[in-house]
Amino acid sequence: MTNSLRAPYDGVVIAAPVTIPYVRYSIESAQWWIGRALNALVAQAGIKASDIDGLCVSSFTMGTDSGVGLTQHFGLCVRWLDTIPLGGASAIAGLRKAARAVQARDADIVACVAGDTNHVDSFRLTLENFSRFNQDAVYPYGAGGANSSFALIARNYMRTFGVTREDVGKIAVAQRANALRNPHALMKAPLTMEQYLAARPISDPIHLFDCVMPCAGAEAFLVMRDETAASLGLPAARLLSTIERHNAFADDPMQVRGGWAMDVGELYAMAGVKPDDLDIVQTYDDYPIITMMQFEDLGFCRKGEGAAFVRQHDLTIDGDFPHNTSGGQLSVGQAGAAGAYLGLVEGLRQVLGTAGTTQVRNASLALASGFGMINYDRGLASGAAILAGPSR
Amino acid sequence: MIDPIKPPRRKNPLLRTRLPASPPRARSRTSHGFTRAAAEGRFMLQRCDACGSFAYPAREACPSCLSSDLPFVDAPRRGLLLAETTARVPSDVYFRERAPWRIGLVKMDCGPTIVAHLHGDCVEGAAVRMSLQLDKSGQAVAFAHPEGETPNMSDDKQYREMTADPKFRRVLVTNGRTVIGQEAVAALKAAGAKTVFVGVAEPWRPFAGENLLRGQDGIEIVTLDAADEKSATDLAADVGGKVDILVNTTEYVRPGGLLDRRGTSIARDEIDQAYLGFINLAQAFGPAMRMRGADGINSSSAWVNILSVYALANWPAFGAYSASQAACLSFSHCLRAELRPGGVKVMNLFTGPVDTEWFQTVPPPKVAPRAIAQAIVSGLKAGLEEMYVGDVAEEIRQRLAANPKALERELDR
Repeated sequence: MTNSLRAPYDGVVIAAPVTIPYVRYSIESAQWWIGRALNALVAQAGIKASDIDGLCVSSFTMGTDSGVGLTQHFGLCVRWLDTIPLGGASAIAGLRKAARAVQARDADIVACVAGDTNHVDSFRLTLENFSRFNQDAVYPYGAGGANSSFALIARNYMRTFGVTREDVGKIAVAQRANALRNPHALMKAPLTMEQYLAARPISDPIHLFDCVMPCAGAEAFLVMRDETAASLGLPAARLLSTIERHNAFADDPMQVRGGWAMDVGELYAMAGVKPDDLDIVQTYDDYPIITMMQFEDLGFCRKGEGAAFVRQHDLTIDGDFPHNTSGGQLSVGQAGAAGAYLGLVEGLRQVLGTAGTTQVRNASLALASGFGMINYDRGLASGAAILAGPSR
Repeated sequence: MIDPIKPPRRKNPLLRTRLPASPPRARSRTSHGFTRAAAEGRFMLQRCDACGSFAYPAREACPSCLSSDLPFVDAPRRGLLLAETTARVPSDVYFRERAPWRIGLVKMDCGPTIVAHLHGDCVEGAAVRMSLQLDKSGQAVAFAHPEGETPNMSDDKQYREMTADPKFRRVLVTNGRTVIGQEAVAALKAAGAKTVFVGVAEPWRPFAGENLLRGQDGIEIVTLDAADEKSATDLAADVGGKVDILVNTTEYVRPGGLLDRRGTSIARDEIDQAYLGFINLAQAFGPAMRMRGADGINSSSAWVNILSVYALANWPAFGAYSASQAACLSFSHCLRAELRPGGVKVMNLFTGPVDTEWFQTVPPPKVAPRAIAQAIVSGLKAGLEEMYVGDVAEEIRQRLAANPKALERELDR
């Protein structure tokens, strides 16, 4: 079935989805949030901290720490370590590396963790110090941050493909409906299309409900081989395929597609499934327009048909295309690098059948994607993974 | 279309003066290639010496061929505005106070795409002309203008943040006894300055050109001897809060260098007049100017020095004068750093010998005082930091860049 030259992820599984409930502002440090996630991982998996022999960490607000400082901080002795500063693509990238590590037996149990704090000035400091191109050539221009950068992309995309704000809003409104079933979502009030359209402009055409709310929180999961999971009696999902791409389509004058479009064939071929087979899809939703772009680039419709696809489908938990079932970053909140993990961790819960109030019935095949690092004029990093639950 | 700015009303002295904030200032070292270009009003980009492609933002290696030979060169200014947005709730104090703020993405005809501040008349999908400007933190930024002239173009709200346009501003010209001073007054008045204060030492003593200044609408003769600390302080106490632009026209030219002079008395005069005069002016007027950098239409905006180009390379025939000018140049950089938090620019105009009596024996070409006055106005309108006025100054600049030793030897004759 597969034409891929890449080695399959035979025997690689993911277990113990952990979410440390988010708060809008926290006086704690990123290390505190990451520590809580590790503690929850160990408790959920029924293992000892000393059983963790691989660690993969992502965070924007750890200050001068990297993964190695955290090993001493948390008393971990690992033989495999990675720190992944890829923003919204960190979870997929981390999963890919961890999967190969356990497959090659460089490690047996890898803890993948992302966590960030949010002090009152954290977000501004992150914007100001994001990257060199951002510092030199973006931030001094109105200091609108990601909102202004994505506004330019959104405006061009909407004009090019005849997309209306209502089309984009349908994604945000559906996610809010999902979030109302997730007790951990920061957004607790229903959102109507009228409210979405009437929201105040932030950086045209980006309005308030196109933006995520920065917050503090952490997400984590374990990557191991199936026999390890079996010996621990841990329910686990199989990793079927992944893709990752950086700085794709550099010659496009403006971003109308992400790196997924370059590798999507391989994503499905390696997994041996078709887009139609998926039970749930968790896209990286820093802005709903980016989600619409992913519906195209991940093969659910053709380029330019994202708006029509959204019009034709119900994206809620009980709909015909369950999408961002936890409410996504748009309604749960964006806890820095943990935002990259949100969809993957929720997708893992879904295929394990442990998503509780947001559970999609009989979900066994999930896709989660990541997108990140708007270094200058476009998001550079993209990735996706397909997971299969025990029932498949 | 831009609405013309209106003359500011008289300031209510009971209201708090809004303090200046600076836009984001951090830049990579390589990025200061743009700062150099902006200081002189040039539009430069990096172009790869190996493959010829232009790159942006500032890079250390060519994204087309990985060569590290990426010099900044003058680049074509035309581009297409692909998309725009209006930032309404920026995270930074400077922009938040000035929101809504319009930016866009420009695809340059020569290749790169540039995030730029937009002039109000730029239209999405239409051609734009790019410039590099120094913003209120003194750093270079890309600015997109409409391709052709539009009405009230320089009154654009975002562009005016980048310039020190004399329109509706109040200017102090420090020495009205000189022809340069008198020409500067006339040019600044013609450029729309509301009031030009003209400093004259011992104004009861008649001087040539007095009739050009006295009794003219919007021109006020004030008593000022810049070399006298008390005189500078007294004048600042009187009009210091109303000086939006200060044009330092101090002129003290004497021939001679070291060995053919006896003692230090002439050198002391040169230092008193040019260097200590500069210090007196800076200490008297600088602090208030720095406070008033965001004070509305007639906020303080610039300090102008007229310096000899021989501040950059000593001309032995006027060796001591050259040294006094070099001292002023050095201190102007200090002043620039100290006025920077107020968003007040320091513009240095370098000139060759001027067509005045103290350069009587020097052969042409010499700079006409009117050319200096016009350069002051055009530099303020463009928001520049360095200007070379006249052929001699421009030649010295190029020769200094080409080979400073050759210039040193050849100035000795």
